[in-house]
Amino acid sequence: MFRRWLLGILAVVAFAVVGLFVIAWRPSIAPIEPPVAGSFPPERVARGAVLAGAGYCATCHTARGGARYAGGYPMATAFGTIHSTNITPDPDTGIGRWSEAAFVRAMRSGVARDGSHLFPAFPFDHFTKVTDQDLGDLYAFLMSQPPVAAPPRENTVPFPLDVRALQAGWKLLFLRKGVFEPDPARSEAWNRGAYLAEGLSHCGACHTPRNAVGAERRSAAYAGALVDGWEAPPLTAANPAPVPWNEDALYAYLRSGVSALHGSAAGSMSEVVHDGLSKLPDADIRALAVYFAEVSGAAARADRGDAAVTAALAASGQAPSSASDAGAELYRAACASCHYNRAPAPLAARPELALVSALGSDDPTNLIRVVLEGIGVEEGMPGVLMPPFAHLRDAELAALAAYLRRTRTTRPPWPDLEAKIAEVRRHAAGT
Amino acid sequence: MTSLTINEREVTVTSGEDTPLLWVIRDELGLTGTKFGCGIGLCGACTVHVDGRAIRSCITPVAAVAGTRITTIEGLDPAGAHPLQKAWIATQAPQCGYCQSGQIMQAATLLKDFPEPTDRDIDAVMGGNLCRCMAYVRIRKAIHLAAAELKERE
Repeated sequence: MFRRWLLGILAVVAFAVVGLFVIAWRPSIAPIEPPVAGSFPPERVARGAVLAGAGYCATCHTARGGARYAGGYPMATAFGTIHSTNITPDPDTGIGRWSEAAFVRAMRSGVARDGSHLFPAFPFDHFTKVTDQDLGDLYAFLMSQPPVAAPPRENTVPFPLDVRALQAGWKLLFLRKGVFEPDPARSEAWNRGAYLAEGLSHCGACHTPRNAVGAERRSAAYAGALVDGWEAPPLTAANPAPVPWNEDALYAYLRSGVSALHGSAAGSMSEVVHDGLSKLPDADIRALAVYFAEVSGAAARADRGDAAVTAALAASGQAPSSASDAGAELYRAACASCHYNRAPAPLAARPELALVSALGSDDPTNLIRVVLEGIGVEEGMPGVLMPPFAHLRDAELAALAAYLRRTRTTRPPWPDLEAKIAEVRRHAAGT
Repeated sequence: MTSLTINEREVTVTSGEDTPLLWVIRDELGLTGTKFGCGIGLCGACTVHVDGRAIRSCITPVAAVAGTRITTIEGLDPAGAHPLQKAWIATQAPQCGYCQSGQIMQAATLLKDFPEPTDRDIDAVMGGNLCRCMAYVRIRKAIHLAAAELKERE
């Protein structure tokens, strides 16, 4: 009896392993001789450079202080830390031996040249929507970059999640292959924006929450998520900015890194704007703005803006209600010299705190991070620097955050601010 | 090693990356017009301009200003005759003088952003620049005077 049970279980396990192998197996694509420099037509390389900007490949494929595109950037996920790969054309540690077919397969199906499955930290679920022409140009660009020998860094994904064959199951469930199909009922700009946003620019990779196994929840597209220690705010009507984003504000923000009525880009988003989207022509940025103006339901919310600006400017120079309010005192001493604004309109170089998403969000992470780390001179609005305030104590920062939230929004107070600040501090120290 | 421009002069400084800009300015570059007050960005005495805007140099790591243009009180005007400096003398604004370079650098950004400032604007923007001699009334007067001169120049 026992033997029969055991045999039965073994048979099931064997069947499962064989089944997984059949589902997961992908052929290796023959290595090529690395293309010599200058072997791609310059116009393809130039188009590819723009596309690499649209996908801001360098943001994830460059480690801090490392060579561009040489990988090694750590991504902390719920499943362990995954390091980006070297996508320079180095033959041994990069993609120098990858044919265009191997590159296209990786982008569309998340399978490396040797047939192994890539983790979906690489957003192939978006890149699958990119056209053949664009993938070819991107390949030409990447293969024309200087090769850098940089061996891959070990991931810390625990067993059995590190079994790459299991990714085949993930893909069966969540990967919808197919190039982006334009909607003929929409404008050309909307379709262009949708093509970029859903494809190469993979906006949902940060702004869409993920399910328990790390796949974007289609039913909650652009509903906002925490990623890499920042909150990627919702891009839908749930966005907390007091002045609803519209096409012009989105354009200004995505083009320059700042919107006077919404604040500056910080963290990863600043890199997206200044190191990625900056390569795109104005028309593409406009297309993204058209698309996200619709995603956020801008037209239906347009009437709320003026009142929000009036209220914000009335609060901006407000004297502290009580000298014993430590948060108000800190605001006057440390913040107002740069953040005060007056009617008729806030200045972009003086981000108006009553209007920034970080203060209106129910998660204080972004506000805390910006106060702790500041905003670099090349981040957000270029040339405008915010120094870090990490030397202030948790209790002081908590008083400041609570004061700003109370006097400049109509939202409920943030709970457990001191603990949250300590947590964000620990996270910042660890990355 | 950090390269930056200070008062129109290109320099490469060797202080560690975390060194506050204030100490690079005072100790490494020898420009002592910028003062140390609280060291935590809450008094304004160390205010200088980075790319033309006032910041507190005591809490700004030098690495954060690599490649920027820094202006200190010594470089605000080649002849020391910026309308704010003239107004400061005309109104005899300083008493002990310790906070004044920071006050003037902050006021310069104030006038750039709000060329005709109201008392409310001045109080809000200058509120982070402390003066232990309580010269606030004269400082406010000097700022109005400088604003008037700048307007006349237009």
